[in-house]
Amino acid sequence: MSTLKIEGLRATIASNGVEVLRGVDLEIESGEVHALMGPNGSGKSTLSHTLMGSREYEVQGGSVTLDGEELLGLPTYQRAARGLFVAMQYPVEIPGVRLADFLEAALAGSGRDAADLHQRLAAEATRLGVAERFLQRGVNVEFSGGEQKRLETLQLAVLAPKFAILDEIDSGLDVDALRDVSRRVEAMTQEKGLGVLAITHYARLLTELRPDRVHVLMGGRVVASGGPELAEQLERTGYEGLAAELGVEETVVAPAVSDDPFADPGF
Amino acid sequence: MTSTAFTPEAARALGGPAWLSDRRVAAAERLAALAWPTSSEEIWRYSRVDDFDLEKYRPSLLPIAAQRVREDQGQEPAQEVAFGGGPVAAEAGERAGLIVVRDGRVVHSDLDEALERKGVRVCGIATCEEAEVRQWLGVCSDASPDAFTVLHDAFLAGGAFVHVPAGVVVERPIVVLHWAEGDGLASFPHTLLVADENSEVTVVDRFSSTATSHLVDAVVELHVAQAARVRYLSIQDHGPSTWHVALQRAHVARDASLRSSAVALGGDYARLRSESLLSGVGAESDLLAVYYGDHGQMLDFRTLQDHAAPNTRSDLLFKGAVEDRARSVYSGLIHIREEAQKSVAFQTNRNLVLTEGAGAESIPNLVIEANDVKCSHASTVGPIDEDQLYYLESRGVSPEDAERLIVLGFFDDVFDRLPVPSLVRTLRHAVSEKLGRLHG
Repeated sequence: MSTLKIEGLRATIASNGVEVLRGVDLEIESGEVHALMGPNGSGKSTLSHTLMGSREYEVQGGSVTLDGEELLGLPTYQRAARGLFVAMQYPVEIPGVRLADFLEAALAGSGRDAADLHQRLAAEATRLGVAERFLQRGVNVEFSGGEQKRLETLQLAVLAPKFAILDEIDSGLDVDALRDVSRRVEAMTQEKGLGVLAITHYARLLTELRPDRVHVLMGGRVVASGGPELAEQLERTGYEGLAAELGVEETVVAPAVSDDPFADPGF
Repeated sequence: MTSTAFTPEAARALGGPAWLSDRRVAAAERLAALAWPTSSEEIWRYSRVDDFDLEKYRPSLLPIAAQRVREDQGQEPAQEVAFGGGPVAAEAGERAGLIVVRDGRVVHSDLDEALERKGVRVCGIATCEEAEVRQWLGVCSDASPDAFTVLHDAFLAGGAFVHVPAGVVVERPIVVLHWAEGDGLASFPHTLLVADENSEVTVVDRFSSTATSHLVDAVVELHVAQAARVRYLSIQDHGPSTWHVALQRAHVARDASLRSSAVALGGDYARLRSESLLSGVGAESDLLAVYYGDHGQMLDFRTLQDHAAPNTRSDLLFKGAVEDRARSVYSGLIHIREEAQKSVAFQTNRNLVLTEGAGAESIPNLVIEANDVKCSHASTVGPIDEDQLYYLESRGVSPEDAERLIVLGFFDDVFDRLPVPSLVRTLRHAVSEKLGRLHG
């Protein structure tokens, strides 16, 4: 049984100093599924990348512990070795680097056995409906959104971390892919005790991936936590309605950088 | 340029066939009258030509008559060691023939007997009696001379001649090892390939040297006759004190195709001028390169894709990385002549600058004189993408391994197109070794 504990986490965007996380508290146990919902610009992606140690964000205070060990201050790859994983909203294309090549390096980096990697990859690919040819290409290069998310899930299954942050894994997914990905994640929570923080702004994911707890992030803070009924309430009221009900004045911490509704909000 | 050692008398004293000796002396006389180039000339911009001092070197005075060509099949000089430690010819897999050139003198040559019966010739330029040597020597290089080719012609005393007659297909590669050994020696390696009509051949040139000081002034001439198919790979893995200046020029005839590739890893200053003249309708050439500079190395590339006939196609992809204080230069020109309508030409140069003290120049150029062509060029210089590093690190890959994977991946699309797949693993390993030292 493991615990991921986030206390009073504050972080700024390194390039402009804007404070995006303003004191986030969350606690997740092995086997639990927590949903983190919030409008665009509320700091959801910043939270996942700050947990993983991205150099784009600077921690200003608070702590993140995994079974009591402080993760803040550790380099990214060592956080991964401790059992943290972020399924990225925008997986990066890396030409010429095949999945097996870097997963081998990843397993070796955390002192784990990579001997049966190829069998595990093949088995997971079948389970997630990932065609063999995607394993032979440069990772994410010219993959569709759905293919990318299946591949993120495949990596999650092979690396078997203690906690996974799914950063908008539902974006760009069709119904079938969403179901395949959700089932694989759910199986890991039940069979391997994976703890999950699923970041989304749509309730759609939560009908597939049933959360134990739902949290709402607004203005860089968790403003409400509850059971699955909180997601249902959000469906009815919307973020504005909930904000009004809770008396939250600032729901967004930074203005959207683009008018393009599909653009990366950048935090 | 006046020189105490590189005189017309010294050029004559090397001996050999009268036509070759006369050719050398004529070049030596031109050399004496030549003003040496400076970096103020565009073609030498960013180069180290201003640091060049011919007086630091001496020519080998070993007479051509003293070249002893061994035919002992299967045995190679012990020095001819590949990156992995084994003989490079062995790592090229099953080969059709081998020529070993030491300090510009051919010391060994062999060729598969069945190919010999079909008329294929693999021999020394100054020692074999093929009339074709005289007919073809200098045809490519005379079309694009510079000061170093004049110096080369003045002291050319050996080199590899490969002739594939019309219609003959040579399936396995012919390997030429150019090895520089004598401290302070200047050597003048030459590879002359004549691929007749509708023939097919793969040639691998490997240039290497000891850690002592050398000037290696090389010329490679590739004649690709009508409908012939030539694959060429040059591997430059010199010791750290070698100056390497090479011209590699191909003439590609009607419907012929050339895939020419270069891997440049060694040397103190190593320059390759790679030119491809598409002289016949439908001719095509692919020009590829991988280069990796470290320490204080400079790797310098000048390319020309010269389209002189209609419906010709060329595609260039040069990729390099520099670290420490290393520098690289890529300067390339696509020239589409007026008569080369309906031609297609691409030129891409990408550079990774791995550390702050390193630097890369990239200067692509187009001169288009025809009005119905398709051309593009692209060039990038920059560090490794931070997002790529973060992605791999987030999966548990250490920063060192992430960098190694990304750099090797960056080169992958060139490696995948190199003509001798069995050598690719070795070359990839050689790049990986250099990368390893970055973190060592």
